[in-house]
Amino acid sequence: MAGHASTLTYVAQHHRRRSIEDPLWLKVLLIAIAVGFVSLFLVVPLLSVFVEALRKGVGAYFSAFVDPDTKSAVKLTLLAAAIAVPANLVFGLAASWAIAKFEFPGKSILTTLIDLPFAVSPVISGLVYVLLFGAQGWWGPWLMDHDIRIIFAVPGIVLATVFVTFPFVARELIPLMQAQGKDEELAALTLGASGWQTFRRVTLPNVKWALFYGVILCNARAMGEFGAVSVVSGHIRGETNTVPLHVEILYNEYQTQAAFAVASLLTVLALVTLVLKSLIEWKHAKSVAAASASTTRQFATK
Amino acid sequence: MQRRVLPGFGLTLGFALMYLGLIILLPLAATFVKTAGLSWEQFWSTVTSPRVVASYKLTFGTSFYAALFNVPMGVILAWVLVRYQFPGRRFMDALVDLPFALPTAVAGIALTSIYAKTGWFGQWLEPMGIKVAYTQVGVWVALTFIGLPFVVRTVQPILEELEPELEEAAATLGATRLQTIRRVVIPALLPAIITGFALAFARAVGEYGSVVFISGNMPMKTEITPLLIITKLEQYDYAGATALAVVMLLVSFALLLVIQLVQRYLFRSRA
Repeated sequence: MAGHASTLTYVAQHHRRRSIEDPLWLKVLLIAIAVGFVSLFLVVPLLSVFVEALRKGVGAYFSAFVDPDTKSAVKLTLLAAAIAVPANLVFGLAASWAIAKFEFPGKSILTTLIDLPFAVSPVISGLVYVLLFGAQGWWGPWLMDHDIRIIFAVPGIVLATVFVTFPFVARELIPLMQAQGKDEELAALTLGASGWQTFRRVTLPNVKWALFYGVILCNARAMGEFGAVSVVSGHIRGETNTVPLHVEILYNEYQTQAAFAVASLLTVLALVTLVLKSLIEWKHAKSVAAASASTTRQFATK
Repeated sequence: MQRRVLPGFGLTLGFALMYLGLIILLPLAATFVKTAGLSWEQFWSTVTSPRVVASYKLTFGTSFYAALFNVPMGVILAWVLVRYQFPGRRFMDALVDLPFALPTAVAGIALTSIYAKTGWFGQWLEPMGIKVAYTQVGVWVALTFIGLPFVVRTVQPILEELEPELEEAAATLGATRLQTIRRVVIPALLPAIITGFALAFARAVGEYGSVVFISGNMPMKTEITPLLIITKLEQYDYAGATALAVVMLLVSFALLLVIQLVQRYLFRSRA
């Protein structure tokens, strides 16, 4: 009897599959279009970075990294990311705790405002700080009197980086923590845990993959940001050049091979980011599913 | 009996608001206040000078066509990734996010080298009379690259959740496959498609890094508005740069609002 029923189910399912299955020619055609598009616009540019970087051989490739200007650019990029990512991580945790665990008026406006930096052109993200701290800016004269440099110096680069990477961690955490509710935290409190213990032992383990996911995306953007940093940097070699800005300088000086060699560092970073991101999406689908489902929801309410 | 509530509300909300205010809202507000220092005539003549208007046309025009091209391409990609099994599918799925992960400057120099006269594609296209690098077509190529993930990533989850029963029912009722797709699948995807288009467009309008290398930056021809802002800054024309920034900010905020309204309308009418 059971066997009979399952045969029927199988036949029914099989029939259903076939009725909505695309014909083979259409499948082949659509896959061909997709593969062609992805190859043309993504794979070829990706390959070209490495081919151009290795054009003059492995020796020339590695000599690009010996250049002291490259080294100082790498250091500055690491410094900017080392400040921007933790800062936005702490903000992301604080904002998602407040938004996901409590009710208060203006919550949806706050959630929208957090996404605001994504809507602003990177060039403007840099410009706003020039208007505040630049020589002709609001606080420019005061800063000059006190010999504090922000624009055309490291603090400006850090600020611009913080601005453009602002939403990454928060937008991963908020939907997940909203979906998880606060029952577990309340249970922990009832059992005598302190607020801090509850956060560390209950909330943090629950959101760790979404947190990591947000951090790698935030980091990729922090290290790769170009437009915003370009405005506030002043392009002083060895001092205020980040890796992407150094790529631009080399490229504009017709040191194409060296430019691509340095660019290949950033490309490897992008590839590592994509691999980690995909691994989290496959292995911890549930933790980031809330975020990805809410991406659509967020688009819906944005 | 006293009900225990979670602690830390005041602390976390206070910190979040202060950080948001100092890092994002105050600097953005400063931009608007700074423009208020300009007279209306000054502002108007800055934002409507011929060179600036040419940059709007280029920026908004190529952004529109790039986002438009990404609509059919993005839907096909999402469809193939969700519905078909083929070798390399996961690789393709991961690769779609490359434009989000790859620094824009790297994308810019890579695309330029491919489409330059001696590049992989340029050496074939130029003899045929098709110039891409240092033309408006080049700007379009860069903006298409930058906007590629948006439609795919908005359509993909909706397609995954789309009940096969709907399509099955249509088929059972005698609809051809094409009719089913046109009458059942496309309408279900439409809000996501429009959202993806608008997001790709909004991203393209502000884009800088990937465009400046391939565009050649010729005034009146291939100069995008974000580049003009930088040019004015480099000439210490702070007021001019700010005026342009305000125009772009207003457009970005208007786009956000439109996306929100369209979504609210579309999702409500479907609910």
